[in-house]
Amino acid sequence: MSKPIIEMRGVNKWYGEYHALRDINFVVNKGDKIVICGPSGSGKSTLVRTLNWLEAHQEGTIKVNGIELHEKMGDIDKVRMDVGMVFQNFNLFPHMTVLENLMAAPMWVRGMSEKEARETAMQYLERVRIPEQVDKFPGQLSGGQQQRVAIARSLCMNPKVMLFDEPTSALDPEMVSEVLDTMIELAKDGMTMVCVTHEMGFARAVADRVIFMDAGAIIEENDPKSFFDSPQNERTKDFLSQILLH
Amino acid sequence: MLFADTVKNKVLVHKPKFLIIMLISLIIIFSLFNLTDTIFGEFMRPVIGDPAESGWYGRLSTAFVVALIFLLNIVLIGFMPFRAQIIVVWLQLLTLFLSFFYSFDLNFEFIRSKIWFMITQGVFTTLYISAISITLASMLAILGAVAKLSSNGFAYAIASFYTSFFRGLPLLMQVYLIYLGLPQLGYVIEAVPAGILALTLCYGAYMTEIFRAGIQSIPKGQWEASRALGFKFGLTMRRIILPQSMPLIIPPTGNQFIAMLKDSSLVSVIGVWELMFLARTLGTKDFRHMEMLITAALIYWTLTVCLEFVQSRIERHYQTLSH
Repeated sequence: MSKPIIEMRGVNKWYGEYHALRDINFVVNKGDKIVICGPSGSGKSTLVRTLNWLEAHQEGTIKVNGIELHEKMGDIDKVRMDVGMVFQNFNLFPHMTVLENLMAAPMWVRGMSEKEARETAMQYLERVRIPEQVDKFPGQLSGGQQQRVAIARSLCMNPKVMLFDEPTSALDPEMVSEVLDTMIELAKDGMTMVCVTHEMGFARAVADRVIFMDAGAIIEENDPKSFFDSPQNERTKDFLSQILLH
Repeated sequence: MLFADTVKNKVLVHKPKFLIIMLISLIIIFSLFNLTDTIFGEFMRPVIGDPAESGWYGRLSTAFVVALIFLLNIVLIGFMPFRAQIIVVWLQLLTLFLSFFYSFDLNFEFIRSKIWFMITQGVFTTLYISAISITLASMLAILGAVAKLSSNGFAYAIASFYTSFFRGLPLLMQVYLIYLGLPQLGYVIEAVPAGILALTLCYGAYMTEIFRAGIQSIPKGQWEASRALGFKFGLTMRRIILPQSMPLIIPPTGNQFIAMLKDSSLVSVIGVWELMFLARTLGTKDFRHMEMLITAALIYWTLTVCLEFVQSRIERHYQTLSH
């Protein structure tokens, strides 16, 4: 079996006094699709953000592609360019067209030629089904379209793993499904994914494992069927009953 | 324009209460200055007789007529569409100012003989000193802003000391300090480089704050997205953050450039042949100070109007870019 893509061992993180992550142990192998859910403030966003070290952890080890993340590691960009990240608020570059957004990282970080970057960009725009929007600015697109562009932007770097930090939470309800469809297709193509989301339908459809977090700790981790049908922990049951009522 | 309401209020200058108060105040004000010995008194001659001997009757009736004309003008302008109002009011104010200058009994022959030299030598020097200084000041400001935002105490200390010092000293003093102070260190500096250096350092300090505010206004999500894609600091700054801060940085920088254009007159004290220096020296020989000062004033103003126009074009350019 090959090395895991992401490995967290005994990870703890504090914001001042506040204990944000408690003793997290967590492994992602190639091709894994993992959904993380939990109430707000449970540390799920913090967890994915430590995976490309947008946030630092204080205790334990995090390894991505076998490289340990720590303060003195120097060139973290080597790790980050293989880890795609999709944000709740898209964070597209508003002063660049869709095409420029997609071409930027491959050209500036990977050193791809302009022609090659353009071809890659067009290929992924086809894949997220908005090739006709190439010359628009992000501000001219709907929320769902922007998020799909953001997914394509990450894919252009040909990442080994994709992190999704509540990708549908800022969207109007009618746009959620177009983004989820894109993510489901991505999962079917074999992408390794770690998704923080409340979309339980998505979790059932694609996840290999569902993780439930509360108060900074992983409370329960199981395959989706057992997770939804027979949750073990009381808090998991509470949480599921609350979000599934709707 | 401000965000306009859907309900239209009656124009202020068409409200009877406002007009009555204005009329009374104007009559009082105009009566305070005796208008009978001006051109208005001459116009009133058929009514008040000899203006010089018309007394309070002449004085009050002249004030009344002038106040009435003034109000009629305002009321008529009130009926015009927005753009026409701007043009008419501009022209009227301009006429007032020009007639104020005209009242100095200027020698236009003298102005005509000097103006070409003022433009080729003075305007040229003023413009190139300002242009070089604002360019250098912008670069300094980017450095200063990055240093002031950095977690490096050394960089922060230098940048904050720099902005504090050069914002705290009058520009005129900086010009003297550089021109007269540097030779003390054994380096004799020419007047023009000394002027450029002083303007650069002073405006760089102000603009550091402008750039810092511009950089800080960009949401942190832009930094996160750049980092997540593997961009290094310099790349993020150059390609992502600064281009987005430009719409916020350009308008105040344009302001600074206009201010600098006029502050560059301070380097005349060290003998740089820019516009102000020429205005002071050209008139001295013939005791024609007013001619040269007014000419220089109008030239400064014309330059500023041109720059304001350019500035608004650039602003519009950046606005369309971000939408």
